[in-house]
Amino acid sequence: MIRGSRPRAFALLALLALAACGGGGAGSSLPPPPPPLPTGSNVAPLIVDAGPKQLGVNLPSVTVTLCVPGTTTCQTIDHILVDTGSTGLRIVAEALAPVMFSLPAAKTAANDPMYQCLLFADGYAWGSVRLADAQLADGKAGSLAIQLIGDPGSPTAPADCTGIPSVPSQNTVAEIGANGILGISVFLQDCGAGCDPVTGSANPNGQGFYYGCPASGCVNVTVTLAAQLQNPVSQFATNNNGVSIFLPAITAVGKPTVAGALVLGIDTQSNNQLGSATVLSVSPLSGNFTTVFNGKTYTGAGFMDSGSNGNFFDDPALKACTLNVGFYCPATAVTLSATNQGVGASSATSTVSFSVASLDALSNANPTFAAYNNIAGPMPATVSGFDWGLPFFFGRSVTVAFEGPTTTSAGPGPFFAYADF
Amino acid sequence: MEMALQQKPLRFGLRLACALLLVAGPTAPGWAALGEPESSVSVDSGHFRASLHVAGRPSFTVHELRTPAGTVIREFVAPSGAVFAVSWQGPYMPSLSLLLGQNFQRFATAPRSASSSRSRLLIDQPNLVVHAGGHIRSYAGVAYLPQLLPAGVSEEQLQ
Repeated sequence: MIRGSRPRAFALLALLALAACGGGGAGSSLPPPPPPLPTGSNVAPLIVDAGPKQLGVNLPSVTVTLCVPGTTTCQTIDHILVDTGSTGLRIVAEALAPVMFSLPAAKTAANDPMYQCLLFADGYAWGSVRLADAQLADGKAGSLAIQLIGDPGSPTAPADCTGIPSVPSQNTVAEIGANGILGISVFLQDCGAGCDPVTGSANPNGQGFYYGCPASGCVNVTVTLAAQLQNPVSQFATNNNGVSIFLPAITAVGKPTVAGALVLGIDTQSNNQLGSATVLSVSPLSGNFTTVFNGKTYTGAGFMDSGSNGNFFDDPALKACTLNVGFYCPATAVTLSATNQGVGASSATSTVSFSVASLDALSNANPTFAAYNNIAGPMPATVSGFDWGLPFFFGRSVTVAFEGPTTTSAGPGPFFAYADF
Repeated sequence: MEMALQQKPLRFGLRLACALLLVAGPTAPGWAALGEPESSVSVDSGHFRASLHVAGRPSFTVHELRTPAGTVIREFVAPSGAVFAVSWQGPYMPSLSLLLGQNFQRFATAPRSASSSRSRLLIDQPNLVVHAGGHIRSYAGVAYLPQLLPAGVSEEQLQ
């Protein structure tokens, strides 16, 4: 997932802008009313807003209920970020009620309490792995392994997690921009074969992933696929082969918040039929498809990440923002297009038109807005990927089919699919 | 991304200069971190349990490691012998403290762009550039020292 923070100097700038213009920012006509969102017991309401600390933009979240396994000691936690770019349920300890710290520890093969170092490009999340009964809409997963990020009872993060000296952590609600992360990528486990005792190692790429932490100190450990953090939806009894995110279309000026839906299952209920959606098969290794943009082919490097708050790609023609550093701020909005192509046998091709407006200007015009369908930022040419972030999701249903299980209309995952909504 | 890498032939300018020094395990040849001389062995490929091969390009030499987990790590060596860049691509983030070596402290404390976050990192300092990105099972990035970049070499060549 990728998130940009926004500077706080908007209010004053907005007042100045209003004074200069003599009125509000939007000049567009009213959009047609959005279609009704899907309903049913397998539907979790989703909201796009600025997050629990009002620090971000384009943060899609749901509410999840956690219980101490087999008990009625439970907590319902809102603002759990819906992230199609990661796998596993992670809760920031700061958001956990005191009574919930009785969630039992997951154990390693050596019966030591299990911990996890989750590495990001810009830091790490360190915390215990606990077991919890988790519920999302009508989906229930018993004794699901979750990461408790920033667990205050944790031993100090090992040096091979943080590096020496420590890089910035991602251990708080403010740093994450949410009370937790619901990782529902195409992958069933967060580490996968790379951490498995047979196929992997305790420290893939020279750095830890899972740790056992006896009193003598933390050591890298391998963890079987079954004991790793799982894609939570894959653990539900039904509607467990994937999810779809429905978000209505919004206008180019943005909205303060947008209500959508996270629908469990693919082709399992009347409200989750793929129908004529465009299906993009992805690499079973990387989870990516191919995107062609500006004459450049990003082979096996395109992906859909609801945890990215903009579309991120390389376009030297677009000017950088001055306030929202790391986003594009073209002088006037531009309309661009890119073509997605699946990998493997079912290689659908789909051209997508999208627009890029200045986030500085959008924010100045409406400082309280937190949902935009037209913000983007640079992906360095060396990183060489095309990240369809949350702006892509507005006006569409976007489906994530998990690796392994099959779907009636499009066969087994992993794949992404999308249709107009 | 990893798929792409495996399918794409290495576009080395001097194919014929490719020397294959393929060794696996802790006895692998030395591998230097960013900013260190090629001859140094402060980081050896045993840390990554990786295989190594060396290829020449017109203005620099590339050492390539492929870890058992499938991540490809490349170090770029200037004619002076200094490692001026490292890049990575694959299913797991490599240890940046190993890759960046003595530059890691500068990396850890460098100002990030406001949009840098969990899966996208943009550090653009006069003496250190780190661009990284990715998501589960697909990470890529490059770190280089602009002051050591050989003349005529652009960031796009460091893949």
